[in-house]
Amino acid sequence: MVSTQAQKSIFYRLHIDPYLLLGLFALMSISLTVLYSVAGYEMIYRQVTRLAIALTVMLVIAQIPPEWYRRWAPGIFIACVLLLIAVLVIGHTGKGAQRWLDLGFTKFQPSEIMKLIMPLMVAYYVSQYTLPTRFKQAVIALLIVIVPTLLIAKQPDLGTSILVASSGLFVLFLSGISWLYIGIALASILAFVPILWFFLMLDYQRGRVLTLLNPEADPLGAGYHIIQSKIAIGSGGFWGKGWLHGTQSQLEFLPERHTDFIFSVYSEEFGFIGVLLLLTIYILIIGRGLWIANQAQDAFTKLIAGSIILTFFVYVLVNIGMVSGLLPVVGVPLPIVSFGGTSIVTLLAGFGILMSIHTHKRFNIKR
Amino acid sequence: MLRKRNSIRNHSAESSLFMRRTIVVFVAILIAIGILITNLYYLQISSFKSYQTRSNANRISVQTVPPNRGLIYDRNGVILAENRPVYSLQVIKNKTNDLNNDIKRLTKLLSLTEDELKKFNSNTRYTRSFRAITIRDQLTPEEVALFTVNQHKFKGFSIQASLKRYYPYGTAFTHVLGYIAKINSRDLQKIEQRGERARYQGTHYIGKLGIEKFYEDILHGEPGQRQVEVDSWGKVIRTLQFTAPVPGKDIRLNIDINLQLKAQELLGDMRGSIILMEAKTGAILSLVSAPSYDPNLFVTGISQTQYNKLLQSKDRPLINRATQGRYPPASTIKPQMALLALNEKVITEETKIKDPGWWIVPNSKRRFRDWKRWGHGMVDVFHAIEQSCDTFFYDTAYKLGIDRIEPFMRLFGFGEYSGLDLAEETKAIMPSRDWKSNRFKQPWYDGDTISVGIGQGYWTVTPIQLTKATAVLARRGENIEPHILGSIISSGEEFSPVHESIQPIQLHDQRYWDIALEAMRGVTSKRSGTAHRAFANTTYTVAGKSGTAQVINMKEDEEYDAEKINERHRDNAMFIAFAPFESPEIVATVVLENAGGGSTNAAPIARALFDEYFKNIPPPTQ
Repeated sequence: MVSTQAQKSIFYRLHIDPYLLLGLFALMSISLTVLYSVAGYEMIYRQVTRLAIALTVMLVIAQIPPEWYRRWAPGIFIACVLLLIAVLVIGHTGKGAQRWLDLGFTKFQPSEIMKLIMPLMVAYYVSQYTLPTRFKQAVIALLIVIVPTLLIAKQPDLGTSILVASSGLFVLFLSGISWLYIGIALASILAFVPILWFFLMLDYQRGRVLTLLNPEADPLGAGYHIIQSKIAIGSGGFWGKGWLHGTQSQLEFLPERHTDFIFSVYSEEFGFIGVLLLLTIYILIIGRGLWIANQAQDAFTKLIAGSIILTFFVYVLVNIGMVSGLLPVVGVPLPIVSFGGTSIVTLLAGFGILMSIHTHKRFNIKR
Repeated sequence: MLRKRNSIRNHSAESSLFMRRTIVVFVAILIAIGILITNLYYLQISSFKSYQTRSNANRISVQTVPPNRGLIYDRNGVILAENRPVYSLQVIKNKTNDLNNDIKRLTKLLSLTEDELKKFNSNTRYTRSFRAITIRDQLTPEEVALFTVNQHKFKGFSIQASLKRYYPYGTAFTHVLGYIAKINSRDLQKIEQRGERARYQGTHYIGKLGIEKFYEDILHGEPGQRQVEVDSWGKVIRTLQFTAPVPGKDIRLNIDINLQLKAQELLGDMRGSIILMEAKTGAILSLVSAPSYDPNLFVTGISQTQYNKLLQSKDRPLINRATQGRYPPASTIKPQMALLALNEKVITEETKIKDPGWWIVPNSKRRFRDWKRWGHGMVDVFHAIEQSCDTFFYDTAYKLGIDRIEPFMRLFGFGEYSGLDLAEETKAIMPSRDWKSNRFKQPWYDGDTISVGIGQGYWTVTPIQLTKATAVLARRGENIEPHILGSIISSGEEFSPVHESIQPIQLHDQRYWDIALEAMRGVTSKRSGTAHRAFANTTYTVAGKSGTAQVINMKEDEEYDAEKINERHRDNAMFIAFAPFESPEIVATVVLENAGGGSTNAAPIARALFDEYFKNIPPPTQ
């Protein structure tokens, strides 16, 4: 990228990427618009507070040179795995899903930190060797991915474990492991599906998959959410019902309107045209992220930049897929748009890393 | 390590490999987004008509119907906590023709206050136009009538009926019943933790204190479900399916309303606590803590000023003195001390010691004074309990030592939870060597034991512990657990919870019980007994023990507050008793803060309560 002198003097020095920032602001505006429609002023106020915190975190992280990430990755990774184990052990006393660790002054989810640290750790490991990654390294890297993923899946938090696993696997993919191995891996996953279904999945998880396959079978029970969500999206039509006029969402037919199902509210009120606008913003952000990854100076930073932006895409894919009835409901928010504290902080922290990679170059590449 | 392995690294090859992979990924992303868009196109464009129809027509909404809360009765069936219908005035903004004008007319009709209008205005700003906004909670019947005849003039306004918890006896039962109040975020967390979110979906109130809290699970009930069809503005057109909620179970308490009100009346504006318990069953007949406050305030939502007033009051009305008040037991524990001394053969029935009005720790100059300056003369164990001789027990305690006293007193429930069905309870302090070294980082001194010997020093008890300990005495070591809940009423049938029996206290000789109990009988019956005057001419036989605690105030967090001491420097008056002596039926504990001597102030109250009790239930003639 050729940056002008003016950009260098302001954004570059602040370690901000103006294009990414613009895209994020566009998403945040959409978020606040829809949140107002769903829940009024109070929710806006709370979301603005969270966004402010998240943006601050992003700015702070952007100031840290990538070299530091490399240095700290293994230590933080190990600490984080220990915390996940702690959550599980303490979790035996509580009921239901145990994801939080109470530090006395604050509660936090170690699994959120794992989302960030996983690509750093895998990239740290594979970038010690020359690319493409060989079989032996790939196996060790897989172990690094699997342990935390299983710990999180056991909480049980399926959505987060998918995100954590994919952030690690993306690094492996980008590091150029052979297509043959990828093919074998995919085949063995397919073979694993029956085992997963019959032995590992909990009843409610199986229920979600069955619901996905045929939501109309139980319209007032398990299928209710998906049907209502599809009606909301479908009845939006091309132009949408208009802001504040989405009956499906305003009359509370939709569940989790401000968090996981916010896309349904948006599509109902802004229609297909609004959906295209939103997806365009996402594609632009992802494109910019991949560009930054390619411009990065060494294997380590390339891999983490690529993985962060691809994980961001997984959020989009899984969330929109689940609310529009293509994927099972797994509790993944629509990135930056859904209401939610920790997930927004983690996401923007990831963008902070991207910006740090893009603005901390030791020398200019000249081709 | 890193650099070594990278020595033959080909950066441009790595870059182009990475670039190739990125392009693959980007294409995959575009394909995935293409699939998403195709699906959305299918939903929003191709199937638009069908979904639009469904959105307009298929308006099935599932509503949770909260259960009615169980009622609470006293043992005679008098209602202590009920659900009263209340009416609130609501408006749905977009159904009105001219809201401002309507509000003006309504202000005239119902004389709405400034505050109500202000609240309403801010609510209208933050509420969507098709949601109901409450204008006034709790309309009086007159207001309901007034509005109803004028309703045709107010389009979009309506009166909504709902049930509200009401405690008809107000302050008299606060410390027993507690209250319910709006569910707050902390309650929600607990509900979530118990996995009961669905159960509390439509519920707005939860037990916060007392019986309402302790038996929340029984009182709450199970919610029902209503599947309804609604119009495009969310108004219910018809009910498709209805699963009725299961109301919470009613409960009957052991409390007797007459004794409870009598006890409250006797306490008047004093600070203190009264407990009456059935000796045979452990049923709590009356449990009063004064001062009290109106629990109904909390149901409607207490104002911050009112709450602060309660919170900051020097009289501490929010504390349940019966279970949370920590007082030195003073002489009330002398019977138990005598029992231990007899059992350990430190004294015998015949042991007599000389009381010159003071006692000196052997080999020291530390002098402990008896309450009677000139002394009691030659004192045996009967005399020591009847006249509450301190010197006798200084000597006894010194010989016993804290290591024998502490475990024995725990058998009577001191320093332990009583097992009462209220969550608000403190264990108070049964001091020991370990306790002192943990608490003060100091060794235990002989002097500490001497104070403990007459129920002073570090030792504190709660009135409920005293009640339990008295019952154990009256039952000659048979242990008992006090309880407020009598029975649970479920679909017309009543069943009482079964209480586990607890290990009785075993002494070497049953005669020891006779000695302690006979001495307690002497307290009220012998001319020389401390409470003789209070129990003159009773139709029943009584045993008791007075206590006069030399403390400044009830110990709450062991705070030392010089100001309070100056204001409230009088002794605490205490009295424990049971009757009839031959076959104990009722146990009483009276604790009055800063009221002076126990036999002169607390004993007459216990007498009045026994009179009230035996008025209805004539004692068996012996």
